[in-house]
Amino acid sequence: MEWALLIEQILNGIQFGVLLFLLAAGLTLTFGIMDLVNLAHGTMYMLGAFIGATIFLWTGSFILALLLAVPIVAGIGILTEITTLRTLYQRHHLDQVLATFGLILFFNELVQVVWPLDGLTVPFPKYLDSTVPLMFGIEYSVYRLMIIGSGLIVAVGMWALVTKTRLGMLIRAGATDRTMIYALGTNIRLLFTLVFGIGTALGALAGVLMAPILGANSGMGEQIIIIAFVVIVIGGIGSVRGCFIAALITGLIDSLGRSFLDVILALFIPVNAAEAAAPAISSMLIYIFMTLILFFKPQGLFGSQTQ
Amino acid sequence: MNMKTKISLLVALGLMLAAPSAFSASVKLGFVTTLSTPAAVIGNDMRDAVELALEHIGHKMGATDVEVVYGDDEFNPQKGKQATERLVVQDKVDIVFGYIWSHVLLASATTVLDAGKILISANAGPSQLAGKGCHENFFNISWQNDQTPMAMGEVLNQRGVKTLYVIAPLYAAGKNMVAGVKRTFKGEIVGEDMTKWPDQIDWASELSKVKAANPDGVFIFYPGKHGPAFIKQYQQSGLSDSVDLYTVFTVDSISLPRFQAAEMTGVLGTTMTQFWAPDLDNAANKKFVDGFKAKYGKYPSFYAAQSYDAVMYIKSAVEAVGGDMSNVDGLRAALQSANYDSVRGEFKMGPNHFPIQNFYSREVVADADGVWTTAVRDTVLNMHQDVYAGECSM
Repeated sequence: MEWALLIEQILNGIQFGVLLFLLAAGLTLTFGIMDLVNLAHGTMYMLGAFIGATIFLWTGSFILALLLAVPIVAGIGILTEITTLRTLYQRHHLDQVLATFGLILFFNELVQVVWPLDGLTVPFPKYLDSTVPLMFGIEYSVYRLMIIGSGLIVAVGMWALVTKTRLGMLIRAGATDRTMIYALGTNIRLLFTLVFGIGTALGALAGVLMAPILGANSGMGEQIIIIAFVVIVIGGIGSVRGCFIAALITGLIDSLGRSFLDVILALFIPVNAAEAAAPAISSMLIYIFMTLILFFKPQGLFGSQTQ
Repeated sequence: MNMKTKISLLVALGLMLAAPSAFSASVKLGFVTTLSTPAAVIGNDMRDAVELALEHIGHKMGATDVEVVYGDDEFNPQKGKQATERLVVQDKVDIVFGYIWSHVLLASATTVLDAGKILISANAGPSQLAGKGCHENFFNISWQNDQTPMAMGEVLNQRGVKTLYVIAPLYAAGKNMVAGVKRTFKGEIVGEDMTKWPDQIDWASELSKVKAANPDGVFIFYPGKHGPAFIKQYQQSGLSDSVDLYTVFTVDSISLPRFQAAEMTGVLGTTMTQFWAPDLDNAANKKFVDGFKAKYGKYPSFYAAQSYDAVMYIKSAVEAVGGDMSNVDGLRAALQSANYDSVRGEFKMGPNHFPIQNFYSREVVADADGVWTTAVRDTVLNMHQDVYAGECSM
């Protein structure tokens, strides 16, 4: 039975990791390429959840919700970039934190005005609301498997975009040496807007996908955005590959830590003490891991040396 | 101005100076609850109930006019303390009451008590304030946190549950709830998870552990928006077919309409325990529930019932001292005697200022109109006193 639990927790960890990847990819792009600390990235995730849920509840089609909500939120993101964030690129990081924190407050209040105060409870799409038998007698949620699948497809797409296209080349160049691509005459404004749009779309996708599991709630973005920041620090700022690997590691550490830490601790300290300490330590595990990474590899797993 | 008016004016002035506020014609109450963040759905329900209570008593306690000032704790202990300070220092309220969250109440209590004022909890019942930390000016008009899960432990014994898995949030009330169910449950606890509060809203990892442990039952405590999210994930994981779910303070009149709208029929027939229910048969409760449904078009939650009850409770004390709010000893004695018609029916105020009362099992059912609500099934604990009362030396 322990094997079944281990495999199930690995799947949970991958699912959480994939969610973190979708969120952190946008963050690492904006931070790495545009040098913008965007706290309001979680807001786009929340908007994805609300708008996706609303379309799903109206039309009954989850596919339609995905197809419509992601571009709508990406549009809102681009609009925010043009109207608000563009003026912040030359400013100090602290100004950016302040301004994007303001955006968080604004959007959190806005969704409380537009939608019910306690958010939306979103049903699972009927065809995904079941479990499938896997090996060792595991019954795993089809919906969570779908999230893993979608995340992996997006990851492959991002890999192709970054390594195989001209836009990707500019993104990589921007992450390595921002000043140089200014000097080479690239249309920076357009590049930044595009990058921001892609990042927002990924965040919104995460929101739409998670809404049936978590519901849509005001403030849901802040609960996860801190961990997304941890992911980009571990992965190396600006690196999409680092972001993917760091997200999976973080997801696995969190999921396995929550499940097995008490057992592991019990090998070293008395069982009672282990059971008491495990919940507190498991919620710190990813931060401990981040600290270790920062100590041995301050630029992150795949960070570029020049920044 | 003639002599007569001058004299009467002087006399009036003298009276005002001599007795500045001994017989203030009005009483000011401070009510702290959550009025922003998504948890405000609970706070709004409580405020609705307070407004209904004020309407029912014509905004008067005896001959004294009553005014309620609301404070928002923003679901945050620090903000709750600030809101409490504002009520005590700035608004100069006579009594502070309310409080949903145990950690918010614990952070705010000293602010009120150090000012020599009376504090009444209309929901939170942390063990600290029932036991060693009890205070002559603190009263709880709801329950002590451990009691409701203790009643659930008895239900589990009656249903023949041998192995139990416990999941609850890691904060003051969560710990009390787990301690409570362990006190009375006679079977084996095969697993226990305390989750980060209020951040954690995905229980994939815990639900996998439940599956591996394969218990007879799962016990949870998730108030507010966490409840529907948990139960949804529980059903989606496939567990609801094989393992029964037992809840306290998770399924209520605030979440039931959401369950019904999402057609989550799995919640029908589930059992919870509580000191009160909308269908509890007494005149005060009937007036409250009918009044609430007529005014707001929905069933009141237990939070609402407690808030309404708290106003009636305070009214009985204010009337006992004839509106003289400076008579704290008199107020205290009246609150101790708890001489009023409560929506819960008969109860006594214990020596540690926590109620001694019945606890019932409630089942989720559809009412005559098809609206999902809860119905009382059995009396599980009879005139039950909390276990910390002995530690209180007052």
